[in-house]
Amino acid sequence: MKIIETAQITETVREMVIEAACDLEPDILEGLVQARDRETSPLARDLLDLLLVNADIASREQMPVCQDTGVSVAFVSIGRELIFDGDPEAAVQEGVRQGYEEGYLRKSVCDPLTRKNTGTNTPAVVHLESHSGDDLRILYLPKGCGSENMSRLRMLPPSAGIEGVVDFICETVFAAGPNPCPPLVVGVGIGGTFEKAALLAKRSLFRPLGEHHQRRDVGELESDILTRLNREGQGVEGMGGINTALAVNIEVFPSHIASLPVAVNIQCHAHRHKERTLTGREWPGQSDS
Amino acid sequence: MSFLKVMPAALENLREITIPFAEGVIETLSAGDMVGLTGSLYTGRDQTHRRLCALLDEGRELPVDLAGQLLYYVGPTPARPGQVIGSAGPTTSYRMDPYTPQLLELGLKATLGKGKRSRTVRDAMLKHGAIYLASIAGAGALLSKSITRAEVVAFEDAGPEALFRFEVERFPAVVINDLAGRDFYEICAAGR
Repeated sequence: MKIIETAQITETVREMVIEAACDLEPDILEGLVQARDRETSPLARDLLDLLLVNADIASREQMPVCQDTGVSVAFVSIGRELIFDGDPEAAVQEGVRQGYEEGYLRKSVCDPLTRKNTGTNTPAVVHLESHSGDDLRILYLPKGCGSENMSRLRMLPPSAGIEGVVDFICETVFAAGPNPCPPLVVGVGIGGTFEKAALLAKRSLFRPLGEHHQRRDVGELESDILTRLNREGQGVEGMGGINTALAVNIEVFPSHIASLPVAVNIQCHAHRHKERTLTGREWPGQSDS
Repeated sequence: MSFLKVMPAALENLREITIPFAEGVIETLSAGDMVGLTGSLYTGRDQTHRRLCALLDEGRELPVDLAGQLLYYVGPTPARPGQVIGSAGPTTSYRMDPYTPQLLELGLKATLGKGKRSRTVRDAMLKHGAIYLASIAGAGALLSKSITRAEVVAFEDAGPEALFRFEVERFPAVVINDLAGRDFYEICAAGR
């Protein structure tokens, strides 16, 4: 057994929260530069340039890239050989609370019915998982809701086939138009059940930009959909050009013979995501080492 | 930074417009015009709209006079010590659609956000001689540089959803819906 102190989890999450808000990851910056370089519309090129200027200012001044610093989403996978000196999920929530306060981030979480702000940006949406090992893996994504609101899930009949899946994904992006801040990263979950498809879609957003699914047919589907979105879509900020999306990331999972769930989780160009792994240290109380 | 070659021309060639608008200026603005807004505006998003319209429904006076004004849909991040404001880009406008016609009736002349407006709002804008503009979505750090003063005017308890008064200088925006009924997003989509 190995131990991770919950104080270390809190400190790590606090850092991730602040860095995610202010520093776009290299893969997203590179994606925006490539989009700018291939863009054919002068206005869309200017807009992409402005997004890069914005990222530069945000990073230099440690000011959030976007004022919507999001609802916090974390996938936390706990190595099954780990022990803790407290509650690891509570430690994540505390890290989020500290990060939003100390990083001057906007607290955007409220009661869904009364709309009263919780004042701390907590609770974060935390998905706890486990794996074989003695490390703790944290995936963190502050999710802006201009894009989250444009996301959709549909339980398609199997007869809809791949064509029906592609049409649903494209229709979702086209219907959203300028609202979710294109160029987008389009996260897609195909298969599983109602909730599994949605989780796959969210999870797919953590894939580094430019990487395709390892399954060849899925990877090709991603490329085909991306091509169609950029050919028929409304372009940068809905104002034209050939960059409606930077990537389409698909995850798949077997489904019921009667079912073809498809979830489309839309992410904006300010695609903030962070990944950190904490390794446990030897636990002194261990008897068999 | 290495990826930044030159300052985008887009910010150098803005048509400068003073807000609140002088008589006859709105009439000269067309869908697709890039403008730099200088002057003062009010801000509001979901809760501000809900509260303003609740006050109107109760027949009570609003904390600000919106006649002739521009209303910017934004919920900024908190200012660090020494800053005027934090990140302050536009939020998605359709969420304000259910409230907008009521505010246009008070003489509100322009709204500023991002994304499409409903047919009802577009019709109400034409009826009341108002326009809609979009700023650069997801560029809140850059846009904060065009805000020279920010003060909370009402609904302070709503935190980021409070009603602010901003003073702005060359705040970049694109005219989306003009007085001729044109929609720049539709024009862009048709051009494909």
